[in-house]
Amino acid sequence: MPFSVPPVDGSGTLHLSGRVTIRTVTALHDHLRDIEISALKRIDLSSVTRLDTAGAWALLMLRQKPGAKDIEIIGASVEAASLLESVEHALPSPESPPPVDGSLTARLDRFGRRVFAGVMFVRALTGYLGIFLHRLARAVRHPSEFKLTSLVHHCEEVGLKAVPIVALMAFLIGVVLAFQGSTQLRQFGAEVFVVDLIAISILRELGILLTAIIVAGRTASAFTAAIGSMKMREEIDAMRTLGLDPGMNLFVPRILALLIMLPILGLIANIAGLFGGALMAWIDLGISPAMFTTRLVEGTAVSHVFVGLVKAPVFAMIIGVVGCHAGMQVQSNAESLGRMTSNAVVTAIFAVIVADAVFSIFFARIGI
Amino acid sequence: MTDREVVIKLRGIRNQFGRQVVHEDLDLDVYRGEILGVVGGSGTGKSVLLRTIAGLQKPAAGSVEVLGTDVLNADEDTRQKLENRWGVMFQDGALFSSLTVRENVEVPMRAIPGLDPQIRRDLADLKISMVGLQYLAGDKYPSELSGGMRKRAGLARALALDPDIVFLDEPTAGLDPIGAAAFDQLIRGLSHSLGLTVFLVTHDLDTLHATCDRIAVLAERKVLVTGSMADMLEVDHPWVHEYFHGPRARAAVPDGPAQGGQKGD
Repeated sequence: MPFSVPPVDGSGTLHLSGRVTIRTVTALHDHLRDIEISALKRIDLSSVTRLDTAGAWALLMLRQKPGAKDIEIIGASVEAASLLESVEHALPSPESPPPVDGSLTARLDRFGRRVFAGVMFVRALTGYLGIFLHRLARAVRHPSEFKLTSLVHHCEEVGLKAVPIVALMAFLIGVVLAFQGSTQLRQFGAEVFVVDLIAISILRELGILLTAIIVAGRTASAFTAAIGSMKMREEIDAMRTLGLDPGMNLFVPRILALLIMLPILGLIANIAGLFGGALMAWIDLGISPAMFTTRLVEGTAVSHVFVGLVKAPVFAMIIGVVGCHAGMQVQSNAESLGRMTSNAVVTAIFAVIVADAVFSIFFARIGI
Repeated sequence: MTDREVVIKLRGIRNQFGRQVVHEDLDLDVYRGEILGVVGGSGTGKSVLLRTIAGLQKPAAGSVEVLGTDVLNADEDTRQKLENRWGVMFQDGALFSSLTVRENVEVPMRAIPGLDPQIRRDLADLKISMVGLQYLAGDKYPSELSGGMRKRAGLARALALDPDIVFLDEPTAGLDPIGAAAFDQLIRGLSHSLGLTVFLVTHDLDTLHATCDRIAVLAERKVLVTGSMADMLEVDHPWVHEYFHGPRARAAVPDGPAQGGQKGD
């Protein structure tokens, strides 16, 4: 039955009937808004079958209007009267939140704070790098404090288990480079230079950069999640009270494992990339593997491999420090764990690419 | 007591996880308008019982009837209607973390066709105020609230549609004694003014004493006894006796256990 509100009768009484609930409150509220307050003396609830808080709220809001204070509510059952009373008691008095200051100084202030927060973030990362180096030096002086088992475990996690994905990725990149390069170079009849193209781009840049990006996605998030969930359950605090240093026990094995494994993964990526390139060059351009090898050895200086792999420890350090730092920022709720994990991945990938750009400029300047 | 309307009727409930049987041939009646406290040792399946009634856990055998509807065999529409008539407050509030408190309370109201958004917001504010939270708490996210405030917000969401029955899972666990006492009072007050039937699972003897009309003790895989606090003190079963006469019980019920103790001597 559709809900309808009858007009106010001659004696100034509004007879409500049926269910006055959250389902009918919109109609009731609209009706009461348009009603002539001065003509209304009382509201009769005697034929209302159900009144809920929403209905009670609508009736009480009517009484909040100017000149409507004296409207009586009659015929309410015991339950309805008790409900009306407790709703009236609980009616919230809206407080406005502090207004947002839109003036120029306030904007400048907010901008300044953001810049400051950015600087402090870089400072905190540097601090974590310092902690890692300090604990590493300490581990060299006091080898008994160093956890070798833990290091081996993390080497397996970040290195060995990443080999398939890294190798496959590099192989496909080699294939793509050979395929794209051959279509372009064929126009000039310079197909054989596809070997130089593949070798230089993979050895110098792509092999290690893409490996670092994959490792950043896999490992930085894993570090953050592992350390963050320990932080969340107060395990880190427990370690501290037991005299175990989180830097020595959590950061050193993880970052050191990355330092050892990332150059190895980079080398694997280089080999897989060259293999993929060679395969595609053979299929698409008819450059035999023997010819590919000869051209590779003759035309590509060994310095390209060096230029590529020298970046690996730096990338490893960035990924490890960002991951550990983000893990330590996790608070005691699950949302912050998720947020910091995705932050860690984004920051790590971004920082790796920035570092790679800096390396490129550096090597170009010194002419390698 | 028998002439009162039964709103929750459990018959022959059997719950098991693998080979471990939690409930066996369990019967329970909950009457309209009462506050029923369910107690029992750890692992006796108090929360499982709550989840069974609320339809979150399907029992291996038995029947669950809530407000005259067979929960286990109801079709989608009937269930949906029924779910609008009960509210569940989980242990830590179980608020949606991506929504503010006000938006959390609005979630159940969104299912009401034709409800004006402004009215919905105002009603959410009213519910937030009714559970004793400040107006500005409505703009906050669950992670910005203390444990007690999250529980209150969870209760506000459970009450959003003026349900007939609310299920409360450990409403006072993790609250300080003052906060817990205030929450007890809140439950009692709301139950009275909104005519709620409350099914609450608790460990807290103070809550039992302060709010519950009737207590059901879960032990030996079934509801061992039901009755008022005074009835509980007379029960002979070793676990029940230990529970209601232990040192903590004595603190919660200053004079009750002394009488019971004398009778026991």
